Amino acid sequence: MQPIIDVQNLNFSFGSGALVQPVLKGITISIQQGEIVLITGPSGSGKTTFLSVIGGLRQAYTGSVVVLGQQFIRSSEQARVKVRQQIGFIFQQHNLLKSLTALQNVSMTLEMNSQLSEQQRQERATAMLTAVGLGDKIHYKPDQLSGGQRQRVSIARALVGQPKIVLADEPTASLDKQNGYEAVSILKKLAKESRTTILLVTHDYRILDVADRILELEDGLIRTA
Amino acid sequence: MNYINWLYFPLRLAWRQLIFDHTKLMVAICGVLFACVLVFMQLGFRDALYASATSAPVNLDGDLFLMHKQSEAMWRPIEFNRSELMRALGNPAVADVFPLYLGLAPFKNIETRVKRTLMVYGFDPDSSSFRIEAINNKREALKLKDTVLFDEYSRPEFGPIGNLIAANRNLTEIRDYSVAIIGLFRMGVSFAADGNVVTSDLNFMRIFPERNLEHIDVGIIKLVPGSSQTYVKGELEKLLDESTNIFTYEELLHFERDYWANMAPIGFIFGFGTIMGWVVGLVIVYQILFTDITNHRNEFATLKAMGYSQGYFIRVVFASALLLAILGFIPGFMLALSLYHLAESQIFMPMPMTAAKATSVLMLILSMCFIAGLIAIRKLKDADPADMF
Repeated sequence: MQPIIDVQNLNFSFGSGALVQPVLKGITISIQQGEIVLITGPSGSGKTTFLSVIGGLRQAYTGSVVVLGQQFIRSSEQARVKVRQQIGFIFQQHNLLKSLTALQNVSMTLEMNSQLSEQQRQERATAMLTAVGLGDKIHYKPDQLSGGQRQRVSIARALVGQPKIVLADEPTASLDKQNGYEAVSILKKLAKESRTTILLVTHDYRILDVADRILELEDGLIRTA
Repeated sequence: MNYINWLYFPLRLAWRQLIFDHTKLMVAICGVLFACVLVFMQLGFRDALYASATSAPVNLDGDLFLMHKQSEAMWRPIEFNRSELMRALGNPAVADVFPLYLGLAPFKNIETRVKRTLMVYGFDPDSSSFRIEAINNKREALKLKDTVLFDEYSRPEFGPIGNLIAANRNLTEIRDYSVAIIGLFRMGVSFAADGNVVTSDLNFMRIFPERNLEHIDVGIIKLVPGSSQTYVKGELEKLLDESTNIFTYEELLHFERDYWANMAPIGFIFGFGTIMGWVVGLVIVYQILFTDITNHRNEFATLKAMGYSQGYFIRVVFASALLLAILGFIPGFMLALSLYHLAESQIFMPMPMTAAKATSVLMLILSMCFIAGLIAIRKLKDADPADMF
C-alpha cells in the first residue's frame, strides 16, 4: 500500500552561505494511513521543523517528501495549499478566533468547502463539537471556555473537515495532566474511527501510550524507530 | 453560490470581528463620523460661500452687465464712467441701460447703537434693476429723500428692523447720515457683507457725498426682447473701449463664484479642511485595521495553515474598511444634517443637503477607508503559518 507520508533523505537547513544551520540531516520515514506517530526529542532536535515541512508550511529543496501523493520538494505554494486543505492542524496555542463562538470557529474549516450548505456546515460542526464533549457549549466564545475546552475546540476544528492527516505540535503543552490526557485520548479515538493519520510532536511523556510508533529525533536524525 | 461565498464569508468574519469589541468599534465609528462631519461642514460652508457670494448678482435684473476690467468682484468694484454705459445705447438691440452704485458703510443698530458694516446699493428708481418684488413695489417711495430698504436676511446684529418699523422706530444712521427705513426685502448675506440696504441713486450720493453720479460701479443693460445676448455682447465689445468687461447673466454669476473659489483664499481654506478631515479619518481607520491584523496574527496564520488564501484575508480587511465606512457615514450624515439646519437657523447661511453633496462625501469616505485598507494589508504578510509550529 502506498504510504500516506513518504519521506526520503530529507535535508533542511536555515540560513545561507557561511551561516547555514542544518536542522534535518537525511531523514527517511514512511507513515501508513491510520497510524498514530509521536515525535519526541530534545529542544532544537528539528522535530517542529520536520512537522512544518510535512505540513507544507516550509519549502524544502533536497530529498523527497511525498504527502498524499504530492511531491513537496520545489513545489508551488498553490499545490501545497491544496494538500493543506486535507490536513488538520493543531497548535500549541489553540489559536481560536476570539470573536467567534466554538461553533463558528469549527465552521471556519468547512467554509473552504463550497459544496456544503450553511445548514450542513452547522450540523457537522455541532456533531464534531459533541464528539469532543462540548455539545452543550457550542455557542460559547473562547473567553468563556477553560484551557482544556479551548484545545478540544481546536481539535474539533482540525478534525471536522475529515482530514487524511492531523499534524499536532505539543497540543498538551498548555494543559494540565488530566486535560492533556483527555484531549489526546479524544483525538486518538476520533482518528481511529476515521482511520486518520496523526503526527504528534510532544515533550509530554504522559501521553506516549497513545502512539502506534514513537520517533525520537536528535540533532536532525532519527535515533530509534 | 461560490461567488456569493467568496464575498460573503470574509464580510461575515469582518462583521463578527468588528462587533466583538464594542469599545474599539465605537472608536472606529467615531473616527469615520468625525471625518464625515468635518468634510460635510467644509463642503457646506464652501457651497454656502459660493451661493451667498452670488446672492446679489443673482437678483440683478438685466441681460448684460458692465464692470470695470480691474474689478476683482462685485463687492469691491472699480468705478468707471457712466458715459461708457451710455455708449451701449448706440446698439439698436439695447433697449435701456441703468447704473448701479455699491458701497460698504457702517449701519447703526437702532437699539444698541452699535455700528456694523453692510452693503449699500444705489439704483435708478425708474428702472427695475432687481428681480425682487419687494424692491420694485417701493420704487416710488424710494424717490423720497433719505429713504432706504433693509434686507431682512441680514444678520440679526443689525437689530430687529421689521419690529422696529412696525413700532415706527425706523430712523437710523448709515455712515452717520440719517435715513429712514421704509420697508424690507429679502436678498441674503454674503462673505463680503453681513447685510444689505437698497436705496435710490440720489440717496446713495447723500450717504456717500464723495461719490459722483458719473462714476458708476456696475452697468445694467436691457436688450430688446428677442435679441441674442451673445451676439449683442460681441457687438458691444467692438463698440465700447477696453476698460470694461461685458458679462451675460450666467457669466456674471460664474465670475463672482470663481472669485471666491480661486482669488480669495477662502476656497482654498475649505478645500484644505476637506483634505485634512479625509487624512485624519484615514489615519484612524488605518490604526483600527492595523491593530486588528496585529492582534489576529496567530489566528490568521492558523487559518492560512488550514488552507485559507492570502486573498481571503485581503477581502476581510477591505470588508472591515467598507463596514466602518458605512457605519460611520450614516450617523455622520445625520449629524451633518442637523448641523446644516443649525447653521441655517443660527448664522443665516444657506446650507442645503443635496444628493450630490451626500454622494460626494460618501465617495470620499469610501475612498478614505479603501486606502486605509490598502495600507493595512501590507501587515498581513506577518501572519506566516511557517512560524506557527
